[in-house]
Amino acid sequence: MMTDTANSSALAQLPQTVAHARNPGLPLDMDWVRAVQANTSAIERRAATLPGRRSVKKDHQAAWLARAISCIDLTTLAGDDTPGRVRRLCAKARQPVRADVLDALGLHGLTVGAVCVYHEMIAPAVEALEGSGIPVAAVSTGFPAGLSPYRLRVAEIEESVKAGAAEIDIVISRHHVLTGDWQALYDEMRDFRAACGEAHVKAILATGELGTLRNVARASLVCMMAGADFIKTSTGKETMNATLPVSLTMIRAIRAYEARTGYKVGYKPAGGISKAKDALVYLSLMKDELGDAWLRPNLFRFGASSLLGDIERQLEHHVTGAYSAAHRHPMG
Amino acid sequence: MTVKEIFETMEYGPAPESAADAFAWLVDQGDRFGHFIDGAFTEPGEGFLSKNPANGETLATLSQATQADVEAAVQAARKAQPKWEKLGGHGRARHLYAIARLLQKHARLFAVLETLDNGKPIRESRDIDVPLAQRHFYYHAGMAQLMAAELPGRAALGVCGQIIPWNFPLLMLAWKIAPALAMGNTVVLKPAEYTSLTALLFADICRQAGLPKGVVNIVTGDGAVGEMIVSADVDKIAFTGSTEVGRKIRAATAGSGKALTLELGGKSPYIVFEDADIDSAIEGLVDAIWFNQGQVCCAGSRLIVQEGIAEDFHARLRTRMDKLRLGNPLDKCIDVGAIVDHTQLETIKRMVGQSDGGEVYHARVDMPVEGCFYPPTLITGLSPSAALMQDEIFGPVLVSTTFRTPSEAVQLANNTRYGLAATVWTENVNLALDVAPKLAAGVVWVNGTNMFDAAAGFGGVRESGFGREGGWEGLSAYTKPAGKAKPLDPVAAFKGDKAPVDPVDRTAKLYIGGKQARPDGGYSRAVWSKTGELLGHASLANRKDVRNAVEAAKGAGGWSHTTGHLRAQILYYIAENLAARSDEFAHRLNQLTGGRTGAKEVEASVSRLFTYAAWADKFDGQVHNAPIRGVALAMREPVGVIGALCPDEAPLLGLISVMGPAIAMGNRAVLVASEPFPLAATDFVQVLETSDVPGGVVNILTGPHAELAPTLAQHMDVDAVWSFSSTDLAQVIETGSTGNLKRTWVNNGQARDWYGPEGEGRLFLDAATEVKNVWVPYGE
Repeated sequence: MMTDTANSSALAQLPQTVAHARNPGLPLDMDWVRAVQANTSAIERRAATLPGRRSVKKDHQAAWLARAISCIDLTTLAGDDTPGRVRRLCAKARQPVRADVLDALGLHGLTVGAVCVYHEMIAPAVEALEGSGIPVAAVSTGFPAGLSPYRLRVAEIEESVKAGAAEIDIVISRHHVLTGDWQALYDEMRDFRAACGEAHVKAILATGELGTLRNVARASLVCMMAGADFIKTSTGKETMNATLPVSLTMIRAIRAYEARTGYKVGYKPAGGISKAKDALVYLSLMKDELGDAWLRPNLFRFGASSLLGDIERQLEHHVTGAYSAAHRHPMG
Repeated sequence: MTVKEIFETMEYGPAPESAADAFAWLVDQGDRFGHFIDGAFTEPGEGFLSKNPANGETLATLSQATQADVEAAVQAARKAQPKWEKLGGHGRARHLYAIARLLQKHARLFAVLETLDNGKPIRESRDIDVPLAQRHFYYHAGMAQLMAAELPGRAALGVCGQIIPWNFPLLMLAWKIAPALAMGNTVVLKPAEYTSLTALLFADICRQAGLPKGVVNIVTGDGAVGEMIVSADVDKIAFTGSTEVGRKIRAATAGSGKALTLELGGKSPYIVFEDADIDSAIEGLVDAIWFNQGQVCCAGSRLIVQEGIAEDFHARLRTRMDKLRLGNPLDKCIDVGAIVDHTQLETIKRMVGQSDGGEVYHARVDMPVEGCFYPPTLITGLSPSAALMQDEIFGPVLVSTTFRTPSEAVQLANNTRYGLAATVWTENVNLALDVAPKLAAGVVWVNGTNMFDAAAGFGGVRESGFGREGGWEGLSAYTKPAGKAKPLDPVAAFKGDKAPVDPVDRTAKLYIGGKQARPDGGYSRAVWSKTGELLGHASLANRKDVRNAVEAAKGAGGWSHTTGHLRAQILYYIAENLAARSDEFAHRLNQLTGGRTGAKEVEASVSRLFTYAAWADKFDGQVHNAPIRGVALAMREPVGVIGALCPDEAPLLGLISVMGPAIAMGNRAVLVASEPFPLAATDFVQVLETSDVPGGVVNILTGPHAELAPTLAQHMDVDAVWSFSSTDLAQVIETGSTGNLKRTWVNNGQARDWYGPEGEGRLFLDAATEVKNVWVPYGE
């Protein structure tokens, strides 16, 4: 039933078919790591002006919001997740917006970027998404704290890949960053990447626990050197999740890495992005700081659960001209 | 394009701010404007068109003020002033508060009108210009409220003529009008002819706020109207604009007794050290030189980047430049708007076209087909000798050079006639706080740029002008000491023909660079007592002696870096040594002046030295409460080399009253002693010689004031000239000062009681210092 356009965009988000070469990583370059600076005050001031610098209106806004949906990792990471709950989420992933609204926009076939679950829920998710082209991502390595036995963390990745996860969201050991043990962080990330095999690996930095933006910048760089395909802000379980200053810091690290190595690394802000307006700011940030390549799900994802609902309401408003209500949109 | 197509291309698309309300306001006003005089708009007269530079459309027809219009405006202001001042601080505060509130209520109208008229992006007028203008009125409402309690002994100047530029039309209006009104002045303001509309809207706001008639008057027109205001019966001229025009105003007001503040051009350095957060420094440059299309007096237009990172820095900067969006200023998604006028655009094109060397890079951005636009531009590989490294372009053009060491960075930064602002990027707090005080600038931003607030004074040094706008330091520009001064009668030397009083001939020389020096010309004049006895001979210094003295003073720059404690110790030591010779000095003074007050004068002189020894380590700066996470440090810095024509009537006390504040604050002084009674000063040389005063810190010349004043006033290496001479030298000094726009402080032929409170204190300390605001945002 999918149109060609939607079909091609759905395929494009499969990590296995990405247009760019996968980041192979490089030896740890401590000179580079130590030279990295992040001036918190300047970054915050820049971030504070971002929403005022860009504005997307009317048809452009609708298109951009649809684009945001295509980049969402629709997520459930709760202790009470069940196969039934995950199947419901997967159905929403296949049909994130009411069909009549999508038809009005000419975007029939639009899906989210991926579905993100715990290891135990991979199997029902893979089954529910069969044929949709939507990858399943699994959080791993003792998510969210990452303090379970190292051997088990590596094994967890291997199990998840075996269970059908195409993407693995690992958490780094925050203590390596906080103690400045960059070699240990590098080695850990290298091992995780190796365990992922063909599956793509997103490195969750848990930026809310790293203390400073300088640490965020350095940890971003070390993870990329160790072969991360994506760097991601947060588990969603820290008190501070994705913010614009943190995003700017990580995006600049991605830009510097590409400038030096030629390899593109993806970015995933997670947690705290719940409004359509915020999503537009993030997209403009990616477009301006990194380029249009980062407006596709192969290089950009939102880790979000409630964002979709707000975008659905905005899109219905765009189509009808009347403000919408949550109950008019099917739940996931 | 369909939604589906945009979904693929992910372009921004247009996001225009509606101009409907602004056009409706213009239509309501008949699209034609007169002047705002005495609380009402005059009938529109002969005029000119106000155009939107982004598309050339006419916005309104404005009137060119005539001499009669200007006179009517000044008269209205004159008539309104006493009542406005008497209204009291609280009464004025209520009016300023009402204006601030109304600016806020009509914020979007002001922003849209500003963008239509000036061509700046709506983001800037909406998020920066208009909120800052409001802030200035709020802040100064508070200053009006506090004036009586916090500024005792200060009074309004009277009527202020204010002339503002086209780059920040409403904001500059606020910077000028808010402090003036707060301190009890009334104003006649002329906006720039390209951009008068928000000033006229402001006039409308003044009516809505119920501001008394005549307190604010606005006349429109070109530079000719500005000249009329300068020569009108006003008490003060405040000007923001080009250094060239500033110089003309200085010359035109010379000797008139009108107070003057000038906020002029700049070629502000933007220093990036290798340990800086490079991406943030590049983003800072966007705000420094591509803010308001680079048409900013304090634009960071001269990039000085450490050699080792220069190549990478320039590469990243070019990438950033290509991402700037240029176009319709009303579009909410635009970074760079239109140049204000075709004339300015042509100037920019010509200057870049004539660039002598360097590699010119224009940002690869989509350029609009019509309107006044110029692409963001970077010129690398220039050396200080290149014209573009020295001349202000006033457009979106950044020039760049490299340095090796921190001291070389400072040298390059200071290698300019200007001194408005400077920016320093480094993660090293030691380096930042070491470099900031060494930069010749009125404002220094550390790890940020173009930060402004009403609480922190803004203004320059050198040829960027003088005076501060904002903060406590800005209030002296709109107040004067209360009370009426008496005229100062010329004090003539005595004549005589009797025998010498000293049995052995004494030789009074000049004191230059810590040594007694014979006058270059080889001439001396006899000094007689009132009763005609020969008291001795005083050297007649000439222009070469002035040159030598200034050179010595310049060379004693180390004095400015000594501690206040050390300077206090030396001032106390001078006092000690003078006190030890009280009788001798008292006798000499009595002989010289033919009076009996010698002992009293010596006693007062010793006390005055104690006063400035006391102040040397106590005239503190401030930490301003600017709305950032950080500090705005208002540092008191010495002016530099001060040349002073000392009072004639008090030959010792006058000299010490001038020398004291100058050297206490770290300046070096070239003092021209009392003309009729020079020998007290030459005797005093021996006191200086025995008091550990480093050579060159104090230099003393004797000779005719009228002859030496022009040389001092014109000297490019003198930073300030003061005159308390009984010869009225205001005209000659203020005219002479136009060369390097040095600060002047002249008595305008008015007397000062050197024995009383007006003979010492904060007024002198203010004149002996410049306030430099160093912004240091912090946070890890």
